[in-house]
Amino acid sequence: MEFKGYRRADGRVGTRNYVGVLSTVVCANEVADRIAREVRGTTAFLHHQGCCQMPMDVSRVTETLIGLGQNPNLAAVLLVSLGCESVPLDDLAQAIAASGKPVERVVIQDEGGAARSVAKGQLLAQQLVRDASAIGTSLCPASELVLGLKCGSSDTTQGLFATPVVGIVTDLLVAAGGTSVLGEVTEFIGAEHILAQHARTPEIGKQILDLVERMENRAKAMGCDMRGGQPTGGNIKGGLTTIEEKSLGAIAKAGTAPIEAVYEYGKRPGVKGLVVMDSPGREPEILTGLAAAGCNLIAFATGRGAPQGFPFVPVIKITGNKVTWDKLRDHMDLYVGTIMEGTETLPAAGRRVFTDLFAFASGQLTKAEISGYTDSMDIYVVGPVI
Amino acid sequence: MDALSLRAKDNVATALRDLRAGEEISVGAEEQVIRIRVCEPIAFGHKLAIHAIPAGAPVLKYGEVIGRATRAIPAGYHAHVHNIESLRGRGDLAAKEQPHGV
Repeated sequence: MEFKGYRRADGRVGTRNYVGVLSTVVCANEVADRIAREVRGTTAFLHHQGCCQMPMDVSRVTETLIGLGQNPNLAAVLLVSLGCESVPLDDLAQAIAASGKPVERVVIQDEGGAARSVAKGQLLAQQLVRDASAIGTSLCPASELVLGLKCGSSDTTQGLFATPVVGIVTDLLVAAGGTSVLGEVTEFIGAEHILAQHARTPEIGKQILDLVERMENRAKAMGCDMRGGQPTGGNIKGGLTTIEEKSLGAIAKAGTAPIEAVYEYGKRPGVKGLVVMDSPGREPEILTGLAAAGCNLIAFATGRGAPQGFPFVPVIKITGNKVTWDKLRDHMDLYVGTIMEGTETLPAAGRRVFTDLFAFASGQLTKAEISGYTDSMDIYVVGPVI
Repeated sequence: MDALSLRAKDNVATALRDLRAGEEISVGAEEQVIRIRVCEPIAFGHKLAIHAIPAGAPVLKYGEVIGRATRAIPAGYHAHVHNIESLRGRGDLAAKEQPHGV
């Protein structure tokens, strides 16, 4: 199967063709946001990091911004900086430009304030959009899809229907030479032994167990029961009792393919196939991590109805809960409750959703894109704000 | 089918619709179907014990341990946060153990 994608200078393929207006630091968000609002064809990435953090977090934020800038769904990038932040602007601009796309910048303290920066940024963005709009699509193979996996606002239907469907989609994509990125390490807790058995080698299995131990220790260091935070209050209302139960449902997204590698948050996979990336379960941080890893499409299984999307990567909502499907039509893209109703088998639903991926990859808008519910973004950091 | 358990060794099943106290329901468990009487209302998506679970015993779903019963859960009763505890992410237990140098 093929999709109509945007082939970039570095050989990667985008499913969208935006000009990204990336704020380099929390303090530049206002200007980045205003520029993006004024120029059609742009999309802003805003976040709360980039300064007054431990060095490892400054470097993580920088690497994440580089990954976002290099994401093939962006034709070009405009960086918006305050000027005094910790994130090194020159390094950031150079690393993104190394992927072969145009990179411009606006520095608020150099321009002389927000008004001048917004004006200059708009003019730069207009030119970038004009150039980007001339880029056409070409037919691209399934192997160019890098699919991020996510589930959220979980209930017990999700682990029975929606995540197993995503697991089949993953298997089909991997068989077609594509890549699936599994994050949400918090939601491996209690199910990590199963994932470790799926690892290509014992060393990779050990890396998965280590990742889960690190995440669990972070939670345990707070000295209380994680329940209520994970699983969430809403998960519990939906019938999920423990993190183990939530995890066992969540990992069904991985399907049956071998896990080829384990990566830190936001790192671009160096191999094709199914890979694991460190990330928490909360939407802004994991969607951003998946985008930074180069995902050009995200499959999001939900039970109670998660509306979140991301600025420049389509997020496809899949639910097996009939109530959610009927009530949240403006947020849900695909329904798989047909399995429970007996009108479709699990493998058939998996094949249907896999086919639908190619329509979304070719430009069909997701409900999140149509409704503009696309601001679920932030960068996952590990240390304190100081 | 009114409720679904995923593996033969599971001791809980997930309600596929709102279940009423007193009704007898069919529970799918791999190849077989078992009949069980519901002892209290179970909301759609919530779990009920399909075998008696003693206090302290593992609760099994997907054929895996999802937690431990904090008190006995007779078959037909709601199995959830009021009678099941997680065994993971328990910083509260770790904090209790620490003063004793464990």
